[in-house]
Amino acid sequence: MNAAQREQLQRSWADRPGLVGWLTTVDHKRVARRYIVTAFVFFLMAGVLALLMRAQLAYPNLRLIGPDRYNQMFSLHGSAMMFLFAVPIMEAVAVYLVPLMLGTRNIAFPRLNAFSYWVYLFGGIMIFAAFVLDVGPEAGWTGYVPLSSSDFSPGKRTDFWAQMITFTEVAGLCVAVELVATIMTQRAPGMTLARMPLFVWSMLVTSLMVIFAMPSVMLASTFLITDRLVGTQFYNAAEGGDPLLWQHLFWFFGHPEVYIIFMPALGMISSIVETFARRPIFGYTPMVLALVATGFLAFGLWVHHMFAAGLPPLGNSFYTAASMLIAVPSGIQIFCWIATLATGRPRLAVPLLFVLGFFALFVLGGLSGVMLASVPLDLQVHDTYFVVAHFHYVLIGGALFPLLGAVYFWFPKIAGRLLSERLGRWQFWLLFAGFNLTFFPMHYLGLLGMPRRVYTYPHGLGWDAYNLMSSVGAYVIALSFVLMLVNIVRTLRRGDAAPDDPWQAPDLSCATASPPPAYNFAAVPAVSSRHPLWADADATPCAELPVLAGVRSDRREVLLTTPVDAAPANRWAMPDPSPWPLWSALALTVVFVWSIFDQWGVVWGAIPVAVAMTAWFWPKRSEPSLGGDA
Amino acid sequence: MTARAARTLSLLLLALPLAGCAVQGVQSSLQAAADQSRAIDQVWTLMLWVCSAIYVAVIAALAWAIWRRRRAVQREGRTRDPLLARALAAWVVLVVGLLSWFVAASFLADRRLHAGHADLEIRVTAKQWWWQVEYLSPQPDQQFSTANELRLPRDQTARIELLSGDVIHSFWVPALSGKEDLIPGYSNAVLLTPRRAGRYRGQCAEFCGLQHAQMALDVEVLDAAGFAAWRARQLAPAPAPSDAHALRGAQLFLGSACASCHAVRGTSAASRLGPDLTHLASRRALAAGALPMRREALRAWLADPQHAKPGNQMPQVPLDPRDRELLLDYLMGLR
Amino acid sequence: MCSRCLASALLTVLLAGAGGCERERREYHSTPAGTDARPALTSFRPGGAPLDAAPSALGRHYQDNAFHIGQGGRLFRSYNCNGCHGAGGGAIGPALMDAQWRYGGSIEQIHASIVDGRPNGMPAWRGKLTDEQAWQLAAYVSALAGNVSKAAAPSRRDALSATPPLTQLPAQPTQPGDASAQQPPPQ
Repeated sequence: MNAAQREQLQRSWADRPGLVGWLTTVDHKRVARRYIVTAFVFFLMAGVLALLMRAQLAYPNLRLIGPDRYNQMFSLHGSAMMFLFAVPIMEAVAVYLVPLMLGTRNIAFPRLNAFSYWVYLFGGIMIFAAFVLDVGPEAGWTGYVPLSSSDFSPGKRTDFWAQMITFTEVAGLCVAVELVATIMTQRAPGMTLARMPLFVWSMLVTSLMVIFAMPSVMLASTFLITDRLVGTQFYNAAEGGDPLLWQHLFWFFGHPEVYIIFMPALGMISSIVETFARRPIFGYTPMVLALVATGFLAFGLWVHHMFAAGLPPLGNSFYTAASMLIAVPSGIQIFCWIATLATGRPRLAVPLLFVLGFFALFVLGGLSGVMLASVPLDLQVHDTYFVVAHFHYVLIGGALFPLLGAVYFWFPKIAGRLLSERLGRWQFWLLFAGFNLTFFPMHYLGLLGMPRRVYTYPHGLGWDAYNLMSSVGAYVIALSFVLMLVNIVRTLRRGDAAPDDPWQAPDLSCATASPPPAYNFAAVPAVSSRHPLWADADATPCAELPVLAGVRSDRREVLLTTPVDAAPANRWAMPDPSPWPLWSALALTVVFVWSIFDQWGVVWGAIPVAVAMTAWFWPKRSEPSLGGDA
Repeated sequence: MTARAARTLSLLLLALPLAGCAVQGVQSSLQAAADQSRAIDQVWTLMLWVCSAIYVAVIAALAWAIWRRRRAVQREGRTRDPLLARALAAWVVLVVGLLSWFVAASFLADRRLHAGHADLEIRVTAKQWWWQVEYLSPQPDQQFSTANELRLPRDQTARIELLSGDVIHSFWVPALSGKEDLIPGYSNAVLLTPRRAGRYRGQCAEFCGLQHAQMALDVEVLDAAGFAAWRARQLAPAPAPSDAHALRGAQLFLGSACASCHAVRGTSAASRLGPDLTHLASRRALAAGALPMRREALRAWLADPQHAKPGNQMPQVPLDPRDRELLLDYLMGLR
Repeated sequence: MCSRCLASALLTVLLAGAGGCERERREYHSTPAGTDARPALTSFRPGGAPLDAAPSALGRHYQDNAFHIGQGGRLFRSYNCNGCHGAGGGAIGPALMDAQWRYGGSIEQIHASIVDGRPNGMPAWRGKLTDEQAWQLAAYVSALAGNVSKAAAPSRRDALSATPPLTQLPAQPTQPGDASAQQPPPQ
């Protein structure tokens, strides 16, 4: 492809300049970058809440923070970490990488992508502003009724929380739908399902899980909102409702939710291990089957959050068996990764270091999870600090460590510069040490009887020393993130420029510049193996990549391929930048916030939403289209 | 960071688990004192050893994978893959076998938690943020009510019926058994068969609002004679005021806001909104464990209940300091 | 995100939620009124003159605070107001959800009725409740009549449902009704 053609491509795919371009972009990379930055900002804010909580718990009977504020803090910490950080950032990394790994120019439904970011941003701002104004959530991130009903949580605090769920679930569902559509229809020609990178597989399964799980929590939170606003009786035992209905609906979502967070990390680990072991992953097929099995099994476990609720024992035992069963696919994956490293030629760069950290921490968390799966043992440690330790090990060890590895791995691709290896190692070791110091003692605290969600504790129960250790560790973790920020800021200012393929990775994302141009690939690549950029199974870099000609460069167009075999099928016109996603998101925000106070907000607020969405979907007659705009 | 420093740090971190060896406490689940908690303890011991072994094996495999000596030029590529495939199959078989063992052990222990014939029936109603404890009996005059304390006879099975007066709470005495939730609209139950006399502590284990952190239960396991004596004392009505001060205190109690919420059996105060105070001074703690049962603590509590337990349902009743002392004389006599 | 956009977004949110602070505060640590040796006086006297009920900041405060209204609802059940007033629809005692107020329907007047008692069976609760509890009950009764901010009112209790949701009630006027318009008590 010559320079004139590239220039034409750049013109077709470029955004408008300045602030207008920033607000109207539908480029998946720009949207994903701001998603990632926003999610990290929420992460840091939620982390500050954790630091305050640990300060209050450092000594028994401290009076730094009163019960009301403390309850709001842990509720927002959990809600922000789960709804505003963990799921969105995994989806954001996927939004950035999946089109690149598939060799296509943009994600499916690009305007929906932009819309989902704005909805997510406004929802996040709303809940943090609510916290500042003393109207933040106070019933935990799980919001059990009747505590969260209007009788026991007066005012609008829980309503803001329930509505925040609606915001984030809308955003999450949008991204999930885009990812499934992209993966099923926009793969590079020749990239059959059996040749997809494992990260793409993990995002496919994750997105399908999102689509099936999130409606459950939206239903639960909507019932809660109507109970609190207009007096429905869904959760009122005295009128035929049931407090356990909330728990079932919430955990039917809540358990898949943690796998939604964890599964993208599994994909990231596969990418990192493959690259740094310098051989293809051992056991591709068992790995894919393990991902799919995890996705299915995740929906059959939720009752293990309710073992103490008094359900029939035989039913509980079924969920013990199911919860233990899901350890098998994870065990398969651990074996395959270790086998890959053992038979490859590993080099210990920072991304692989984080993956090693993952192994040390996630396996421990997974094993404590197997313990929690046992009904009698769970009846002792449920709702104690043992569970807090478990889920932090699996969430931080199992999702955050791979994510940080992914940050170091893909930062050169995204920002075009190389992060400092030295600072990266310091960050890793500080985080590893601080994390273990914070959360390992919590296993003992749980066994010694310390329940969760307590703003203080008495002296003399054997808890004092462990709490102090945890509190000190929390500040060590904070220090590691300060280092990370320093690393990122320094690199952005004066870091070394990154080559196209900084780590000699095998997937298509490295077949383009760092950072990629707006159009991703100058020509549509064709693929004939699982490792398009490796000539053989020994990670020898490919000299050339075959490409397909015929997709237009004078306007936005992508190539669609068949779902299973990825044979070329269609050329599809992609939308230009548009302001309507932003207007629609603003209108939707007005509806959601208004309806917290008055149910008529749904009716009257629907009008601007309808106007904005009509403008969004209005067909363009100015340019001929081969199949319609998204 | 240098490799040596990293190794030193890892070794130091490995010592962290050892810190757990020297700890017991009155709310510890590792200090099993009943049939039920001992059944659970057996499952815990099994899983702890097996899971620790698995963990060590996985980490050792990983360390070997990274740091094993490789012949410099040889590129193994995928020559070992068939062997690895067989190893994977063996690994899956091992994991499934161990998990099946866990499932069977859990199932059997769970059955032991629900087995047993009740010798004693108790009803616990959890409220924000205290425990109403009623000892039931087929004869109505043998029933009595107390609050925030549980006394059990050793070697007998008590069946605790669990009700909630407002939100979801969770009844949990770690030394005796696992926890069970108290859910409005539901009646759950837990069986306790204590085997070792002594003092234990329970605590609400389901987040229930502002003072979830201070909703403790004082539990004592007594031998048969001690339990019978305690029960007889509880059945007796409140002792009459012993002197003029206490009498004046009783009059204050009955004439003011106190009797609107609290019951003292043997007087006209019969409200069930707040904890039963009939034998208040015989308890070891006040306000569900927030304060010790001593005159100074009770004085501070009466002066301002919201100081020690902010958000709890007891209002601040305005009282003259002299009147408060008379009231204290009465209350401290309620043994 | 540019700093200007961020600032305006924050400002919008802040203005929208400006009422949040007072409504949401959980005030469980109140200052007690202190015992007064003099007998309490009432402005209630024969002749049908309206009772003193200057709107007070204190009354307004309780009416606007969600926590106090919620507590009032719990006290309404705890102290068996249901026994005479039903869930607000009246039985032996008059309805509290309508526009007829024999002794006035402003929160100050309701508070006075609770604390002083009234002829024909309303007990005097002074000394049996704290003053704050009486204000909380009065706030809840105001909510039954639809006279509190809808954002502060609870929609329903977690109990048998006997009223429409309090967030949906129309506001009832609070002046005393004409006594001659009262129905005779049921036989």
